Amino acid sequence: MEFLRPASWQEALAAKAEHPSAVPIAGGTDVMVEINFDHRRPDHLLDLNRIGELEEWETGEDTVRLGASVPYSKIMAGLRRELPGLALASHTVASPQIRNRGGVGGNLGTASPAGDAHPALLAGGAAVEAESVRGSRLIPIDDFYTGVKRNALAPDELIRAVHLKKASGPQQFSKVGTRNAMVIAVCAFGIALHPDTRTVRTGIGSAAPTPVRARTAEEFLAAALDEAGLWESRKAVPPAVAKQFAVLVAAAANPIDDVRGTAAYRRHALGVMARRTLGWTWEQYRGHGSEQGSTSCA
Amino acid sequence: MRVSFTVNGRPQEADDVWEGESLLYVLRERLGLPGSKNACEQGECGSCTVRLDGVPVCSCLVAAGQAQDRRVDTVEGLAGEGGELSPIQQAFVDAGAVQCGFCTPGLLVAADELLEHNPSPSDGDIREALSGNLCRCTGYEKILDAVRLAAARTGQAV
Repeated sequence: MEFLRPASWQEALAAKAEHPSAVPIAGGTDVMVEINFDHRRPDHLLDLNRIGELEEWETGEDTVRLGASVPYSKIMAGLRRELPGLALASHTVASPQIRNRGGVGGNLGTASPAGDAHPALLAGGAAVEAESVRGSRLIPIDDFYTGVKRNALAPDELIRAVHLKKASGPQQFSKVGTRNAMVIAVCAFGIALHPDTRTVRTGIGSAAPTPVRARTAEEFLAAALDEAGLWESRKAVPPAVAKQFAVLVAAAANPIDDVRGTAAYRRHALGVMARRTLGWTWEQYRGHGSEQGSTSCA
Repeated sequence: MRVSFTVNGRPQEADDVWEGESLLYVLRERLGLPGSKNACEQGECGSCTVRLDGVPVCSCLVAAGQAQDRRVDTVEGLAGEGGELSPIQQAFVDAGAVQCGFCTPGLLVAADELLEHNPSPSDGDIREALSGNLCRCTGYEKILDAVRLAAARTGQAV
C-alpha cells in the first residue's frame, strides 16, 4: 500500500488521475473501518487532510458551497440558519468524535443508503461538485446515487464540494434508531419547504437501495397546498392531506428486512416521520413553531 | 513509512509504519503509550479517544499518516509531570466512576475536552459530550457524577 499526501487540491487531482483506484481518505470514519477489519486493501490511500479548502465553506447570495471535508460538528455549529435540514441531520451522526472527523464528501463517496446526510441533501436539492484533471462538473443530487454504495463519480474524480441553496423555508430531519447516539438509521426522512418556488422536497434514507425522494408525495403535497391557497393563508394543513402525504412517502420506499428492522416497520415509521416532520415544518412556516432545535425528535 | 508528530507536547517519530495503520496502533505498539484502548476498531466505543490538534477523535479511525506534523494528546498527557492527577482524573477516582477501567481513558479525554470548553456543563451537555464513549460496567451514573464533581471543583477554584 502507498500513502499519498497531496499538499494541494491540484496535486490531489493529479494523484487521482495517476492512480484511479486510489481510495480518498478524509475523516476516515468509513475507510479506516474497512482497513481495520481487513475488508479492503487499496493499493493507494489518498489523504485529503492537508487540503485546507476542503474544510471551508463559502456563503453566496443564495447558495452555500460546502467543502467536502467540513466536519459535521462545524455544519451543526455554523450552518444551522443556512442549511437547517443538513445541520439537524449532522447532529444525528454517530458521536462527537465521529462528527469531528466525518463530512458530507465522505457520506457521498461511500453512498451508503444509510448515510445520514443524504435525505437532507435530496430535500435541499443539492448539487455535487466533482472535479478531475479533465475539469469540474456539478452533478444534481437526483443523479448522484446509482446503486447500493455506488455513485456517479468517474474513477479519476474527487468530490470538491456540495452546493446547496440557502433555506427559503423550514426544513426538518428525522431518524429512527435504537438510541440517540451511535446509531445507523433504521430509516430516516428529510423534508424541506421551498416557499420561494411553492415546492416541497423530501429525502428517504435506509429504506431503498439508494437514498431516494418521495416524488409523488412531494407533487401531491405541493398541489394540495397550492389549491387550498395555504402558502398564502398559512392556515393549518388539513389532516387528510398530511395523512395522504404520509401514505405516499411510505409508498415511495423500497425497504428490505434486515438486522436493523423489517421492511414493514420501515414503511410504517416513514409514514409517521413524514406526517410529523410536515407538521413541524408547517408550524414553523406559519410562525407558530419554535426555533427548530437540535433536540427535535420523532 | 516514517511518521513524525507531537504527542503530549513532545516530538515523536515512528518508523516502519504500515500505510494502512491507525494512529491508535502507532501510539500503543510503536510509541509505548497503551493508555488509549483498542476495542471496537470501528469508532463505536470511544475507548481510543485522543485529541488531534485539540479535537476529540477516535484514534482507531485516523490513518497514521494523517497525524504527520500534527499535535496528538492522549490520556497519558492529562496528569502532571510529577504524576499528580488532573481534576477530571481525581474526580473519577473520588466519585467511584471506574469499574473495570477499560473505557476510562477515552471518557477522561472526552470529559476533559468538554470542561475545557464548557466549565459548567448541563447534564444534557455532559451526556452529549460522552455519547461516543461506551461503558459496559457502570450504568454511567457515577461517570456523570464525576464530571459534575470536576466541574464544581474547577468552578470553586476559579
